[in-house]
Amino acid sequence: MKKFLAMLMAAAMVFGAAACSSGNNTGNNGGNAGNDGGSGDAGNDGAIVIRIGGIGPRTGDTAMYGLATERGAQIAVDEINALGGDIQLEYRFEDDTGVAETAVSAYNTLKDWDVDVIYGCTTTAPCVSVAAETYADRYFQLTPSASSTDVTADKDNVFQMCFTDPGQGVTAADYVAENGLATKVGVIYNNGDAYSTGIAQGFIAHAPEVGLEVVTEQTFPDDSNTDFTVQLTACRDAGAELVFMPIYYTPAALILNQAKNQLNYSPLFFGGDGMDGILGVVDESLAKGLMLLTPFNASSTEEATANFVAKYEADYGETPNQFAADGYDCVYAIYQALQQIDNLAEIAAMDPAERHTALCDALVSVFTSPDFSFSGITGSGMTWGTNGEVTKDPMVVVVEGGAYVTQ
Amino acid sequence: MSGKTKTLRVRKTTVNALINYAMVIVVFAATQILIGQGAISNTIQSMLVPVCCYVVMAVSLNLTVGILGELSLGHAGFMSLGAFSGIIAATLLQDAVPAAPLRLAIAMVVGGVFGGVGGVIIGLPVLRLRGDYLAIVTLAFGEIIKNVIQVLYIGLDENGLHFATKEANLALSETGKAILKGPMGATGVAKLASFTAGFLLILITLFVVQNLVDSRAGRAILSLRDNRIAAESVGISVTKYKLMAFVISAVLAGAAGALYGLNYSSTVASKFDFNTSILVLVYVVLGGLGSIRGSIIAAAVLTLLPELLRNGAINDYRMLIYAIILILVMLVTNNPTLRGGVDMAVKRIRGIGKKEQTEGGAQ
Repeated sequence: MKKFLAMLMAAAMVFGAAACSSGNNTGNNGGNAGNDGGSGDAGNDGAIVIRIGGIGPRTGDTAMYGLATERGAQIAVDEINALGGDIQLEYRFEDDTGVAETAVSAYNTLKDWDVDVIYGCTTTAPCVSVAAETYADRYFQLTPSASSTDVTADKDNVFQMCFTDPGQGVTAADYVAENGLATKVGVIYNNGDAYSTGIAQGFIAHAPEVGLEVVTEQTFPDDSNTDFTVQLTACRDAGAELVFMPIYYTPAALILNQAKNQLNYSPLFFGGDGMDGILGVVDESLAKGLMLLTPFNASSTEEATANFVAKYEADYGETPNQFAADGYDCVYAIYQALQQIDNLAEIAAMDPAERHTALCDALVSVFTSPDFSFSGITGSGMTWGTNGEVTKDPMVVVVEGGAYVTQ
Repeated sequence: MSGKTKTLRVRKTTVNALINYAMVIVVFAATQILIGQGAISNTIQSMLVPVCCYVVMAVSLNLTVGILGELSLGHAGFMSLGAFSGIIAATLLQDAVPAAPLRLAIAMVVGGVFGGVGGVIIGLPVLRLRGDYLAIVTLAFGEIIKNVIQVLYIGLDENGLHFATKEANLALSETGKAILKGPMGATGVAKLASFTAGFLLILITLFVVQNLVDSRAGRAILSLRDNRIAAESVGISVTKYKLMAFVISAVLAGAAGALYGLNYSSTVASKFDFNTSILVLVYVVLGGLGSIRGSIIAAAVLTLLPELLRNGAINDYRMLIYAIILILVMLVTNNPTLRGGVDMAVKRIRGIGKKEQTEGGAQ
């Protein structure tokens, strides 16, 4: 009976806590609504409050990427608000667990919060679903890292901060060919993953045009795969001088290890931006000479980057990767675009239901205008076309002495 | 067989079935009215279709697990077959059938047919196994379906459908469009699903499952669960009835999958993995094996719960709280003291309501 009572108590506490919190939240919402009303009257403190709603995985297999985009953006929001300018940002990030279904409900939660601008999603498949919704509802959306072309296809309101997958494959092939790194290339990719397959196919399609010979295409089905000796042996037997692996760093770490220690095979390894983070998981000796395409180099001495890295390390105790940097840039790009909207005060005074539509149209016209260019920590002079894809210079780094060296 | 006891028993199952219909209809009507008054948040509105899909999934899996008594861990595989075949059907009929509800209905039928075909193909060899072995093989089949769809590229142009295992090999014409792109899944899907369609699908599912259980075939299926040897000895065909329950369950899962797939602009095969199968099984187990009403309630509540926990301070802990609630529900429903208490309370309430009935009728 005691046990039963204890259980009842536990249940009551859990539900009690849930009830309390939901009560608090309505309170918060009320308060926020009040703020909004205030922001409309220029009489308050003059600041316009814009709500940025982020979506990305905070739990699940891809949580490390989602958390990075959440935190990178958080730092930017804090910096902007600390400036005390005319535009203040309110930021809320919702978990999508990396699944389209959850992402759409996360998006709707943000809609209930009267969000103005959508920042996200982190991963491709949820982003495609959310983009279809924002397109129908007219919200401006900027994604830090959802890199498939499907994200922006046929939608005027969705923009990317990252390269598209096929674009990255083409850039990699061009780089390898121009620098004469190799002529015989093996490709290893995850054919259960949209990102990896997208880059690999872009690379494989473009390689013959620049004189590269793809000698073998090897695949694995899942990032939890642990044995890559079959794929590596195939690359070695086909005589690949360079192995292109557009995959995330977890399987890449195993590939580097198995190539060296089990097969004694040492071609050039070349990765995409998902490889960023590899230095945290492999020995310096294994990663030495690894090349990767990444928009962001955490060991850069540039002031803005060093500043961001220091803040991130202080707040979260780890070195930021390119996802965090993309997130940081997204918020600053939105902020810069907001500053260029002439009638922003007028838009901010509108009813929430109309505000996001007006803001969406205004932001789209700023982003696609030919004189809008944004410089951040993932590139300088970025511009956006009407298709939503970013134009910026690709950057290749080589791992030397346990750090990235920009080429 | 005395006529009196028979009418009493039939009336009880009928009443139970009618309560299920009534429950679903009342919830649907109430939700529609609240939506009309703008009293339901966007979050809940966006959850309505998935809730319907999971309810159908849970009820149909209950047919296999609770009523047939065989553990299937590959139910999401049928949902996947239904989702992608439904999406392809809807895309094919884009011009031929302009009316969206009709196109959705056809897509759901196609999804159901593909789910059913998958059920037959998997069921014939697999249902000869029992218990753990069956669970393992269904799990494997679910993963096979996922992996096959992940390497499949399907495109459409004026020459018809093209199939390939690489996007470059699709050989589409200029106007062609890739519908399914391997791991990228199906993208750019026109959203057709609606809450009303989900509601109708639940009613159809209830009608099929409840009438099956209450039929001659249903009693044969129940007898297989309770004692296979005794059932076989009286001449009940094990394979036939097992396959019947399994395939009906797969058809319903396929239809639910089509509805699910047409509710989102993008659907990837990895969504329908082992975890989704287990999730649906959790709904069935928590709702009570064999209890249709339990499955409906458990699926609806547990699908909505993680979204309702997106509030204020507990947002950071929502998956943790969700897990704790699952554990608590499991412990509570299996606690003999508490169950005894609940049973007694139910009996008392029923006793007040149906004083004229005998005790046997109220049990």
